[in-house]
Amino acid sequence: MKTICFYFQIHQPFRLKRYRFFDIGSDHYYYDDFNNEEIIHRIAQRSYIPANQTLLEMIRNSDGKFKVAFSISGVALDQLEIYVPEFIDSMKELAKTGCVEFLSETYAHSLASLIDPVEFQNQVKEHADRIEMLFGQRPKVFRNTELIYSDEIASMVAAMGFQGMITEGAKHILGWKSPNYLYSAATAPHLKLLLKNYKISDDIAFRFSNYEWSEYPLTADKFIGWIKSFPESEQIVNLFMNYETLGELQPRETGIFEFMKALPRFAEENGIGFITPTEAISRLKSVDKLYVPNVISWADEERDTSAWLGNILQDEAFEKLYSIGERVRLCEDRRIKQDWKYLQTSDHFYYMCTKHLSDGAVHSHYSPYDSPYEAFTNYMNVLSDFIVRVEAQYPLSIENEELNSLITTIKNQSSEIEALQKQLKSAKAEKKAKTEKAKLAAKSAEPKKEPKKKNKA
Amino acid sequence: MKALMFGWEFPPHILGGLGTASYGLTRGMAECGDMDITFVIPKPHGDEDKSFAHIVGAGNTPVVWKDVSWEYLESRIGNVMNPQEYYDLRSHIYADFRYLHTNDLGCIEFSGRYPDNLLEEINNYSIVSGVIARTYDFDIIHSHDWLTYPAGIHAKKVTGKPLVIHVHATDFDRSRGNVNPTVYSIEKDGMDNADHIITVSNLTRKTVIEKYHIDPAKVTTVHNAVEPLSKEIQSIVMPRNTRDKVVTFLGRITMQKGPEYFVEAAAEVLKKKNNVRFVMAGSGDMMNKMVTLAARRNISDRFHFTGFLKGKQVYEMLKASDVYVMPSVSEPFGISPLEAMQVGVPSIISRQSGCAEILSNAIKVDYWDIDAMADAIYSIITYPAMYRHLKEEGKKEVDEIKWKYAGQKVIDIYRRFVQ
Repeated sequence: MKTICFYFQIHQPFRLKRYRFFDIGSDHYYYDDFNNEEIIHRIAQRSYIPANQTLLEMIRNSDGKFKVAFSISGVALDQLEIYVPEFIDSMKELAKTGCVEFLSETYAHSLASLIDPVEFQNQVKEHADRIEMLFGQRPKVFRNTELIYSDEIASMVAAMGFQGMITEGAKHILGWKSPNYLYSAATAPHLKLLLKNYKISDDIAFRFSNYEWSEYPLTADKFIGWIKSFPESEQIVNLFMNYETLGELQPRETGIFEFMKALPRFAEENGIGFITPTEAISRLKSVDKLYVPNVISWADEERDTSAWLGNILQDEAFEKLYSIGERVRLCEDRRIKQDWKYLQTSDHFYYMCTKHLSDGAVHSHYSPYDSPYEAFTNYMNVLSDFIVRVEAQYPLSIENEELNSLITTIKNQSSEIEALQKQLKSAKAEKKAKTEKAKLAAKSAEPKKEPKKKNKA
Repeated sequence: MKALMFGWEFPPHILGGLGTASYGLTRGMAECGDMDITFVIPKPHGDEDKSFAHIVGAGNTPVVWKDVSWEYLESRIGNVMNPQEYYDLRSHIYADFRYLHTNDLGCIEFSGRYPDNLLEEINNYSIVSGVIARTYDFDIIHSHDWLTYPAGIHAKKVTGKPLVIHVHATDFDRSRGNVNPTVYSIEKDGMDNADHIITVSNLTRKTVIEKYHIDPAKVTTVHNAVEPLSKEIQSIVMPRNTRDKVVTFLGRITMQKGPEYFVEAAAEVLKKKNNVRFVMAGSGDMMNKMVTLAARRNISDRFHFTGFLKGKQVYEMLKASDVYVMPSVSEPFGISPLEAMQVGVPSIISRQSGCAEILSNAIKVDYWDIDAMADAIYSIITYPAMYRHLKEEGKKEVDEIKWKYAGQKVIDIYRRFVQ
């Protein structure tokens, strides 16, 4: 049976406020609360909440045949919890149907996988904990920020125990191959890969309401018809998109919700089912290995990381940020840890993109800044302040390694103390027990002055 | 196609941006090929570049018939005009101008500058244009800036050929609102009589449409460009001060250029940074005020004035700078940031300037937004990537802004009127 695998991405960054260089060292709050609240509210009202209702309805009406997966970044969850808690409730309700899978990703929607393996693992774990706490299931399939993928990342992900990963069906990787199969990673054969069919995903996400598109108007009937016409051996069609597609990118008036609602019915009529990523990797067999030596993503025409790390501004900001990663991990301050995550969000680097000519228009559309230069200046000012705070935690004169060993010593000492205390406790307990035993013995036999000897222990 | 152009300044004898722009444009048009340009200026010096246009001096064009010999002409004006051309012009005198003050050749003397009797000079220029228009053969007339509009109109009336006027600035830019009614009427008259109007930026286009009430369909923007640097300028090497960064303002110190915002931004930056020096290069009526302001902000030890710079000195100053700032309150185009970027100096420009419309690798701020300006300065001198990116990408970008492209646009406009 042919299946459709739907996966939606939910992410919103903590946008930074206009942070002037004279604030460095004096103002340690970086976020544009007004803007962040306004944007997440608007998107939740126009898209997330009505979309959740639509999906819930679809699951109920199809008797659980409709299935869907979500990837919600930790920073988006943080914002949704603060500003739109009702959405979290609605998500929990959706989770209860059992037809929804939550995917793993980095907590901060960061690019850590490209530079800092330790940070990457920490964030993945933190995100998984958060998802489990909120929705009661631990993610099994991994989805990296912006579908960034390479052989190297695959090995890291496999080492963390994931069995599947989602990435882009980039043309230059696949060549003549079709994305509508299950693949596996070259460096980690047990890691299955689900590839986005970007052609028909984008038909919904970008072209759905485009009057100039030759296929306009797109109906559920027509759409399922396309999938049906794929070769019989192609068992899975991966439709991956941002959740904002429903209601925000394609507003309600375009009929996107009705389109979605009609999908399960036409799918059933044509013998097409729905599947979650976890089901897919357990049911389907991998047809081939994919070699991806260079990093790919789902962005722009190039499908590489140049939207985030394509110019020297981005490189400098990125390297500066991760140069203090080790230091930050030594810190205990909770606010520093939180800011550290929020500053890693990939969007900050996206705003600095200077690819003006072809894709620049799309970039500037999402940016709160007038120009990439302003984005860079603002981010660097914030980062400078952050670095000052991190450095204030421990004196700079001590090398990371030395500091690490000192901290380890302190930690070891505390665990040693703990161990000794435990020993002491057990010894005391032993002594008590022996005294009691002795007492009992004394009762039964003639009294002896044995307990005195035990004091030495 | 043959064009008759009226200009006021021409390199190397220039007083402002007008001469550079008209020169660059004419050259760019010549590069596009199939253009035959006759360029009229008030007073040629003989050392102008004549390789791409035929230069005619209004001051060597007779308006009163005088009997002069070939030899006399050869010795008198031989360096700027062929005697035969003089005779051709002489045979096209169309009225009796003996009441005017003329010299031994029957020509009106021009200063070619901006004298006190500028209006009289403009009028004389228009009288001479009548002779020139009758003498030469051309398909279209092109007038650069308001000084030459009357001449253009006259030539159009005489020959019936289409007139294009080129607005390099309006009196609203020069006076910040206190428009001189006489100048306004000359400008308005030129615009009304023109078949098409070319403006140097959309900002100027808007002024022309809104303040001069011109039909938008008649106004097109052709952005200025910049000449490639000469070998001589490229080879200038300035010793760089490694300890202190240099932030430069370069231009006339007048109200239009917004120097006070530069001083205020400098004061903000100096609160946080002490390894930076600010330079205000140029002169103007607000200079003393700026010296006082810098003293009042207590930054005089790090704020320097150079006085008027000319020629090579300008590039020496630029090459010694780390940041160039143009906080102009109103700038029809503003060629100087392009020159700074050519030598690889990151630039901060005001959004109220015409060049902001075409530059993307420069930082744009509102001229009044001192905080943003200070922040941009700080960013460039603090973060090496910012400096390097703007330096490299800025140069790349500005090297692609060529007069050839501007020239082609102007030719396309001509074609609408000349079949």
